[in-house]
Amino acid sequence: MSWWRPADVGFAVRGKLADLGVGARLFVQLLRLAPACLRRFGLVRDQVHFLGNYSLAIIAVSGLFVGFVLGLQMYYTLQQFGSADILGQVVTLVLVRELGPVVAALLFAGRAGTSLTAEIGLMKAGEQLAAMEMMAVDPVKRVLAPRFWGGVITMPLLAAVFSAVGIIGAYIVGVLLLGVDAGTFWGRMQSGVDVFSDLGNGVVKSIVFGIAVTFVALLEGFAARATPEGVARATTRTVVVASLAVLGLDFLLTAMMFSS
Amino acid sequence: MTAPLVEFRDVHFAYSDRAILDGVSFSAPRGSVTALMGASGGGKTTVLRLIGGQERAQRGEVLFDGQDIGRLGQAELFAARRRMGMLFQFGALFTDMSVFENVAFPLREHTALPEALVRDIVLMKLEAVGLRNARALMPSEVSGGMARRVALARAIALDPELVMYDEPFAGLDPISLGTAARLIRRLNDALGLTSIVVSHDLDETFRIADHVVILANGKVAAQGTPQQVRESIDPLVHQFVNALADGPVRFHHPGPSVEEDFGQGGGA
Repeated sequence: MSWWRPADVGFAVRGKLADLGVGARLFVQLLRLAPACLRRFGLVRDQVHFLGNYSLAIIAVSGLFVGFVLGLQMYYTLQQFGSADILGQVVTLVLVRELGPVVAALLFAGRAGTSLTAEIGLMKAGEQLAAMEMMAVDPVKRVLAPRFWGGVITMPLLAAVFSAVGIIGAYIVGVLLLGVDAGTFWGRMQSGVDVFSDLGNGVVKSIVFGIAVTFVALLEGFAARATPEGVARATTRTVVVASLAVLGLDFLLTAMMFSS
Repeated sequence: MTAPLVEFRDVHFAYSDRAILDGVSFSAPRGSVTALMGASGGGKTTVLRLIGGQERAQRGEVLFDGQDIGRLGQAELFAARRRMGMLFQFGALFTDMSVFENVAFPLREHTALPEALVRDIVLMKLEAVGLRNARALMPSEVSGGMARRVALARAIALDPELVMYDEPFAGLDPISLGTAARLIRRLNDALGLTSIVVSHDLDETFRIADHVVILANGKVAAQGTPQQVRESIDPLVHQFVNALADGPVRFHHPGPSVEEDFGQGGGA
């Protein structure tokens, strides 16, 4: 028996195309619900509060350690060239351009993304979404859209916290422990980091990652099979798909933003 | 006599290639409690999903107050659903909201009533199901029977014309079961509702129903008053209402006979 037949391939491709179509339609629907979410901003605000609080501790602690490590590594490398003065500038550029948005998005996917997927999946399994539909309330509008926009708003805030805490970590290691001059540390940072090309691009990245991670989490939860096994599988897929999406998008965005 | 609120006319429905309903016709008269019974997997819940427009019939008409639900657009369907309430098997309460907020949910979504009025309506609905003092509890803190009563209060929050119950008695203790059954009857009469109850519980259901429809093999096997259905001579209906283990629905899973399996057939 051959392990594949043309009919199987066709069936699989059609299935994947249908999945893509479902995803694309949901994405367009979520974008179009932005005005509705603005009108009931309380729902979005609750999600920002919830998702932000969920991830804040892990983001802050990770940011601090990443800052420590960056401070150490950069100091020892730069010192070989007698350039330890630019420690503040280098660490800040690394954080706001790359590590802040990327690592914060990966942590956000693991912490808040999984909880979103599980929440939506369990609401589906418990017939809560069906109950909402039967009450003539659109679950995409009432449940998914506020979570989506909440996630999109939360992500840049978390990335900013990550970068800020990381810089403090590098300051603690570089200035307080290794003896880099504090004035030089902050001064070089101020002169060497551009608001638009560095900070701005970092913010754009984190917004794109916020869209990607939150959308993947919601789609996986919404499309999950309404069984305990289905929800568990969807949660795992959220982490895998969202993380890969973040890393892939990061390469694309970096190429577009910093190549010229 | 006025037209029935819900009417099925020769409805066919299949999930991909598995036929569920194969030419089902029945009606639920206004103001009555209609019980929908039959073996598990017989399409009873599908009937409710068709009335609610969550599924569409492949052939035939599902009429709600004269409108064919299968032909409605999203906006019209939502308008029709606002006139229906549905009680899901395990209540389907929103787990992140208190009992009070669950009942208030449809009011907040569909009306712009001031908070004081929302509070009064919610407490009235909770009073009707005997749970006014459970308003502050979360769904995780109430029993299965209470959760269903809360869901019932939520289902009637917008004063619907039709309430559908999906197995409201499943897994309830005798006290909760009796309470739930009496509540369905009392609310139906007090609020002038039309009720459709999907259930396996013969005694309780026959006690409260005006009209019984028995589904089997995708068709209506019998319908009429509880008394008429009890007296039906159809072997399948007879097996069902008398809860017999064997009959047209076999006790043994189909396959080789006992004789063949134990080597006592002709070949041994």
